[in-house]
Amino acid sequence: MKGMKVVVCVKQIPDPATPGSLDSSTNALKRDGKLILDDSDRYGVEMALQLVTAAGGGEVSVVSMAPNGEMSGMRTALAMGAVRGVLVSDAALAGSDALTTAKVLAAAIRRIGMPDLIIAATESTDGYTGTVPEQIAEVLGLPSVTFAKKVKVDGGTLKIDRQTEAGYDEVECPLPALVSVTAGVVEPRYPSFKGIMDAKKKEIVTVSAADLGVSPVGWSGAGQKVASVTQAEARKAGQVIEDDGEAFNKIVAFLETLKVI
Amino acid sequence: MALNSVWVFAQGNDGTQTSFTAELLTKARSLSDDVSAFVAGDGASLAVALGKFGAKRVYSTGDLGGRLVGVAAAGAIKALIDEGNKPDLILFPQNYDGRDTIARLSVKLGVTVLTNNIDIVVNGNEVVATTPIFGGNVLFATAFTGAGPHLASFRPKSFTAQESGGAAAEVVAVPVPDAGKAAAAKVTAVHVEETSGPKLDEANIVVSGGRGLGESKNFALVEELAKLLHGAPGASRAIVDAGWVPYSYQVGQTGKVVKPSVYIAAGISGATQHMVGMKGSKNIIAINKDKEAPIFAVADLGIVGDVHKVLPKLIEALKSRG
Repeated sequence: MKGMKVVVCVKQIPDPATPGSLDSSTNALKRDGKLILDDSDRYGVEMALQLVTAAGGGEVSVVSMAPNGEMSGMRTALAMGAVRGVLVSDAALAGSDALTTAKVLAAAIRRIGMPDLIIAATESTDGYTGTVPEQIAEVLGLPSVTFAKKVKVDGGTLKIDRQTEAGYDEVECPLPALVSVTAGVVEPRYPSFKGIMDAKKKEIVTVSAADLGVSPVGWSGAGQKVASVTQAEARKAGQVIEDDGEAFNKIVAFLETLKVI
Repeated sequence: MALNSVWVFAQGNDGTQTSFTAELLTKARSLSDDVSAFVAGDGASLAVALGKFGAKRVYSTGDLGGRLVGVAAAGAIKALIDEGNKPDLILFPQNYDGRDTIARLSVKLGVTVLTNNIDIVVNGNEVVATTPIFGGNVLFATAFTGAGPHLASFRPKSFTAQESGGAAAEVVAVPVPDAGKAAAAKVTAVHVEETSGPKLDEANIVVSGGRGLGESKNFALVEELAKLLHGAPGASRAIVDAGWVPYSYQVGQTGKVVKPSVYIAAGISGATQHMVGMKGSKNIIAINKDKEAPIFAVADLGIVGDVHKVLPKLIEALKSRG
């Protein structure tokens, strides 16, 4: 097919290298500091860019939702080569459940104009509910293939290798459609210096949930509430030793006491 | 207060339910006297097996003819509810088809989903599900608000399966409504990646390898050690994503949950993603060159050292024992 429009759903998350914490009043995951592009979304952005190249033209847009106007993660996607972004930013969105998130992102995608293909990661690194991509497909009435580890487009039809418990299935699906991709589906590019400079000039449109006509959102729209937060019983750390060349004997001895050898 | 009706998204083949399904049915029985199973496929062949774990009836769509499960199953469950069936709660396995179905169904019913749970209780008028966060260090309990049916999915091995000795479940055939273009994805070929030795999620000993192995060919050390110990080889997500081993080897949040007697982590740092898949192991041995690696916090025996040196010596020592 000539010219393919792809929208990638991306999430901006707290840097996973820093330990997560909960807000003391709401018990929600704290997302108030600097946010970065979820690493698992880089695969979807790369996949989209490669499919557009293979189609001989088209464009990649990104949509994201954040309570605080944060854009730095989206800029990373733009620096990789996406042309524009739509950010749904609204303090009212804090506390939204996965279903509300899906409705908001679906509305943002409609705002851009329905693409040929929507790509998302299988789950986010910080919240990992893991249902949003499939929920977006249902809201938009689209077919979907989740857990894609290989994606090709051949004459308007997606050809996908989808992970299964036993191995993988080959799946065919007509466009338009939604695909969730695993990490490792492609090797994401690093943004070039030019890409980073160009990204600063690219447009990110900010809209509110109300602009998109989605309500209720946030805590009031979520069909759930925090009941309790408790510390799990910690697993006791055992003995840690430096290998002096003979540490393998410790393992052998330990396996002996466990009677497995 | 017990619930009036609980359903389980059940799976199996050749007349046997999956162990995951048996775990969920066992839990469902503790919540309600009226447990039903829903099978996206040939439920009739599973009627005896599901009955043994307490399902009174099995809703069966019959063969889906290559359609993906998510759209078809969610449509069929929605139709059952529209007919007047009123499950208070539907339990799903946290796996591919379970996830697709719970997501599609949540939109159709306009209700929230709680995923990745390890427990669920009825607390007065509330149904409360618990999920571990921050690598399992914190237990986060969430109550459903609003009308049911409540939708929750669970990690494997969250519950211990026990037979109820029940009779064969009554089979109720359910049609799959036409979902139009949303149902357009079709499976055209199925590939099974064979592994030798015990199954990863059933093995008494698991030896897993990670990035610390350095390169793909060094995974042979993990396989050799696993074989010597009559165990199964496993892997971190990092080396599965890198294409060193198939996905079926992956231990972790998005892979298999294992609880063997002995878990040996070789060159695995212990990312949250991995830890939630193996923390339940009875004994953990970790080998990693970084002494700050989080894996050492859960290891009964930790060796700070180079896997390329420790593993070959360990393999030799085990071989010399004959």
